Amino acid sequence: MKIRYFAWVRERIGKSEEELDPPAGVATVNDLIAWLARRGEEYAYAFENPRVIRAAIDRTHVRPDAAIAGAGEIAFFPPMTGG
Amino acid sequence: MTVRLQREDFDVAAEVAALTRARNDVGAVVTFTGVCRGTEDGEPIAALTLEHYPDMAEAEIARHVAEAESRWALLGVTVIHRYGRLAPGDNIVLVVTASSHRQDAFAAAEFLMDYLKTRAPFWKQVERAGATDWVEAKETDDNRAERWTRRNEAAE
Repeated sequence: MKIRYFAWVRERIGKSEEELDPPAGVATVNDLIAWLARRGEEYAYAFENPRVIRAAIDRTHVRPDAAIAGAGEIAFFPPMTGG
Repeated sequence: MTVRLQREDFDVAAEVAALTRARNDVGAVVTFTGVCRGTEDGEPIAALTLEHYPDMAEAEIARHVAEAESRWALLGVTVIHRYGRLAPGDNIVLVVTASSHRQDAFAAAEFLMDYLKTRAPFWKQVERAGATDWVEAKETDDNRAERWTRRNEAAE
């Protein structure tokens, strides 16, 4: 699946998107965050406080307990500050 | 409904005219323009850079415009949100709502702005004296968006 990062999540990880294939046990957005955080220091830094991370699956906001099965694109970003 | 995400500036008068042209049922047009301030938290800033998630931003704004159209009697809605680097005084966002009567136009414009602040995938980065900082989300904005949900639930 394609994973995209925005704003300071993107800056901390050092890339805006990547193709990843999480293992079978990674079922929810929260699981995915925990799995990503173990990929390296930059990921651990980006996801050090999972409660402030917002997520979208296929361009729709989702809660941390949302299932990721079948997702084509998952995005992680800080709380939005538009308008 | 018109939703546009663009780098370029917008022309408020032209957008109002586009909603009222060739019809005689519009009795009220409300416009809200968000402008880049020259200060953030009391400190002068050099510029604001808006990052966004293009496909999602357009879909998310369109969803909220559709919700506004289902809640109020609107005859036209235009939302334009700029992205990229903006200087103090530059326009950031425009919401135009047209209706037969003012109440619906006012309420829909406020609803749309409250949602744009908290749900549209845009992030502001502040540039000051060589350093950059991401603007933090404000709890007051969350509360303003939340009250539309509570009001909705209370009515049901």
